[in-house]
Amino acid sequence: MKQRNYIKLEFPARSVNESFARAAAAAFAAQLDPTMEQLGDIRTAVSEAVTNAIVHAYPDTAGPVQMRLRVLEGDWLEIMVRDRGRGIPDVKKAMEPMYSTGGDDRSGMGFTIMASFMDELHVRSAVDRGTSVTMKKRIRTKAGA
Amino acid sequence: MKVLSSYDNGRLTLRLQGELDHHEASAALRRISRTMDDYLPRDCVIDMEGLTFMDSSGIALILKISRLMAETGGRAWVENARRQPLRVLDASGIDRLLQVTAAKK
Repeated sequence: MKQRNYIKLEFPARSVNESFARAAAAAFAAQLDPTMEQLGDIRTAVSEAVTNAIVHAYPDTAGPVQMRLRVLEGDWLEIMVRDRGRGIPDVKKAMEPMYSTGGDDRSGMGFTIMASFMDELHVRSAVDRGTSVTMKKRIRTKAGA
Repeated sequence: MKVLSSYDNGRLTLRLQGELDHHEASAALRRISRTMDDYLPRDCVIDMEGLTFMDSSGIALILKISRLMAETGGRAWVENARRQPLRVLDASGIDRLLQVTAAKK
């Protein structure tokens, strides 16, 4: 799929940056003229992916989290969130609903929500090398619907 | 995020305002648990009318409140959830555990 526009951001894995990441993603997605509901879905999915990187990737440091958003041909929005942290040993298990290695302030529903709010979700991870989460959502314009 | 609490006749009402994410959740939970310890309510209403955004951190917070209430024989439920928080609540299936009411349009 051909790329029509993109942004790249990098920030330290500090929880204060979660709201910034959501707001930046929503501002970029606005060019596709999404509905309020689609915009809410994008903000939620970004919040989940970025929070995962902040909570799980770097236990003792605030390492770098990268976020890239692209508009692809056919009104697809692609969001990639990547870290260089400790990685997920078993991605399949991590994606099961209610599964969490976080404390009791985590619900284990992050991947479930990403999967249900976006059209595609791919997770790649290698232990001690990092994790990348790539999600896509088709934003159909009202005229083309 | 802000949490405004009020207590009347055994019922504690927690009004959540703003955006609830992982960054906000732990401080909110500390404040809420203190309030619950002070009043030991029979019922706890989580009023989401002023909550404009919530991710799965909100699910964890609601489950925790519900568990704390159950420990003392009480119960909790959610009222006035707006569209985006409601979609997260629906996706999580939390409505199988406690009552969730949507905001009036």
